Amino acid sequence: MIEFDLTRDAIDTEAWRRRLLDPHCGGYAAFEGWIRDHNEGQQVRRLEYEVYETLARTEGQKILAEAVERFGVNGAACVHRHGSLELGDVAVWIGVSAAHRDEAFKACRYIIDEIKVRLPIWKKEHYVSGDSGWVNCERCATHGHRHDDIAEGATETADVER
Amino acid sequence: MKTIHVHYFAAFRDQAGRDEETVTTAARDPAALYAELQAAHSLGLGADRLKVAVNDEFAAWDRPLQDGDRIVFIPPVAGG
Repeated sequence: MIEFDLTRDAIDTEAWRRRLLDPHCGGYAAFEGWIRDHNEGQQVRRLEYEVYETLARTEGQKILAEAVERFGVNGAACVHRHGSLELGDVAVWIGVSAAHRDEAFKACRYIIDEIKVRLPIWKKEHYVSGDSGWVNCERCATHGHRHDDIAEGATETADVER
Repeated sequence: MKTIHVHYFAAFRDQAGRDEETVTTAARDPAALYAELQAAHSLGLGADRLKVAVNDEFAAWDRPLQDGDRIVFIPPVAGG
């Protein structure tokens, strides 16, 4: 079973785990990405994910197929949420089933790492302070009245989870 | 001149103030089109920080544009 999905609803992780059960498999590894209450020194109140759905679905399926091919696992699945999410919600779930644990762990790690850099999904954080901002995209808008933008450096702050 | 459909997401949607637009352009490729729209909407990142999709597939910046193409400029992603 190789399946990627996008949903606005809560992810039923147990139902997805059951779909990976396979008598040929002796190991299962899963990863859940949760909404946490802080980022870059700001207190986060809630998040919004926006997705370019058509491309995200083909790219997500491609990442899973790569993991199966590369690590020889039996099953790989991933669900990513979009829309408005609250603290503690599961934003992304990944599950891998394999004959042995080593390839299950490796494939699971590969999938989340690729998802984070390749899937066209964006995250807007809403802070306790009332501000909000698109993560990794502080400089997506230019500010013509500010002349210190370039001097501040073009370095984009990395997602602290990485 | 070609008619190109451009869709905006996330920070670029906010900055451009629209989800999509149809532009008539002489731009030969996505790189030239981005330069036009970057100026028009004050989009803050250089093309080197973006990816581009043509007709819902990742594409090269120098792929020739065809009349009716659907383009998405993809700012830095933040899934997971």
